[in-house]
Amino acid sequence: MPRCRRPILGVAMLRLEAVNSGYGRAQVLRDLSLEVQAGEILCLLGRNGAGKTTTMQTIMGLLPLMSGRISLDGEDIGSLPAHEVPRRGIGYIPQGRRLFAGLTVAQNLEVGLMTRGSGREVLEEVLELFPRLRERMGQKAQTLSGGEQQMLATARALCLRPKALLLDEPTEGLQPSMIEAIRQVIVKLRADGVAILLVEQRVDAVLSVADRVAFIENGRNGEILSAEALRADHSIVDRYVGV
Amino acid sequence: MLATLEGSVTAAVLALTAVGLSLVFGVMRVVNIAHGEFFMLGAVIAYVLTRAISGHPAVGFAVALVVAPVLVGVLAVVADMTILKRLDYDPERTIVATIGLLYIIQQLTLMSYGPDARPVEAPFNTRLALPWFEWGENGLAMYWPWGLSTTSYKLAVIGAAVVLLCGIWAMMARTRIGLVMRATQADRDMAQAFGIPVEKVYAMVFGIGAGLAAMAAVLIVPIQQAHYLMGADPLLLSFIVVIIGGLGSLPGTVVAAILIGLSDGIISVFFSPTLAKILATLLVGLVLVFRPQGLFGTRGV
Repeated sequence: MPRCRRPILGVAMLRLEAVNSGYGRAQVLRDLSLEVQAGEILCLLGRNGAGKTTTMQTIMGLLPLMSGRISLDGEDIGSLPAHEVPRRGIGYIPQGRRLFAGLTVAQNLEVGLMTRGSGREVLEEVLELFPRLRERMGQKAQTLSGGEQQMLATARALCLRPKALLLDEPTEGLQPSMIEAIRQVIVKLRADGVAILLVEQRVDAVLSVADRVAFIENGRNGEILSAEALRADHSIVDRYVGV
Repeated sequence: MLATLEGSVTAAVLALTAVGLSLVFGVMRVVNIAHGEFFMLGAVIAYVLTRAISGHPAVGFAVALVVAPVLVGVLAVVADMTILKRLDYDPERTIVATIGLLYIIQQLTLMSYGPDARPVEAPFNTRLALPWFEWGENGLAMYWPWGLSTTSYKLAVIGAAVVLLCGIWAMMARTRIGLVMRATQADRDMAQAFGIPVEKVYAMVFGIGAGLAAMAAVLIVPIQQAHYLMGADPLLLSFIVVIIGGLGSLPGTVVAAILIGLSDGIISVFFSPTLAKILATLLVGLVLVFRPQGLFGTRGV
């Protein structure tokens, strides 16, 4: 199968090589390898419990790496302590948003800005993308609507000026207009050269935005296909995701 | 009125101690049973320092007020890094570990400092007579009855506690350190995912919590005396206060400290200290039954 590379931006920004990881003694990921290039959206598809969220938490250093190598822009990040990983330039938008409850919108963004010492102009850029947040700056994060919370979670990650962005089910439970808003931001980030790793349950949403799709099954690599190929032939999706 | 004043002193010291405990629980989810021993250590160190430094008692006391909390804080940071961190801050195992810490500190103090209760001289201690108002032949009269008095030092303790509590509040609400602490409190993993070195934050919080207890002890030691078993009472009262106020809620802790401190003072004067303790414990029971998250607590997720 020909590997689908973007001709100009052919740099592997985020790379996982034979990664083994899991919770305590329960191993979840087995020799998983992935590559996300700058300016590319790679979507991770798989059944529940296949290891999608585990992959993201392992990249962030929140789960111990048993073996294998994770690198960002050529630098080994797998051996760094968890709090050093985001400082290298990875923004994480976790499943269920996980905002800092009790902190205001402005303070949540402030934590994001502090991670890599980003200045006020970064905040302005981010608020440009999510004007709704500007009106809510003094409000506590947990009082926002679901869509606004997702915007805030995304904005918080963008405050890092990330080289790579991890999105775990960003459209879960959102109304269509919000999904569209989030999608547009993701596409814009791709155009800016950010490497994007996306976990998403809804296959249609994936195919409309992803460049490549990597299947994951029981913590192991499945096939990696271009989104175009999948759009043409839907059967392989059914085999891995079983809808 | 006198009872209220005595109660306010208790409340002030209790608020400082309990805020330290509450901070540690709120941010780290660690129930620190050794908190009372950090309190006791503060008092003992204050005694040793005021003894070692000659000259005006105020000099030694001022040094103790700075040095004792710092020393105790450093000790707590070391305990955090060597013990709690290795237990991975597991809620149950840290309880057992801090119980162990309690006995180690207590017995070491007994072996080195001895079993005596020793006083520390207050830096200033002017007797202030309090006026009393009464309806007499000439209408409202004011006079100074014998025995109705407080000392300038007690007022200073209340003032110092208020200033310190305002300082803690400002630190939590206005500074970056406070922001980092509150983010860690809200979600430890996400704090790490945004570059916050959670282990350093934990060590710092544990140090600050212990330092606050030591500070409270230095303030109270000219009124009470330094003794190796003096940590038990503040520990129990702090837990009562923290449970009533809501675990991890600073305003709740302060309000509950004032409530418990004042009622303790007033009931102890008019009835008996035992009754005060009974009522406080009863209140804890009622709060736990009817409002488990505490008066000011928010339901945890």
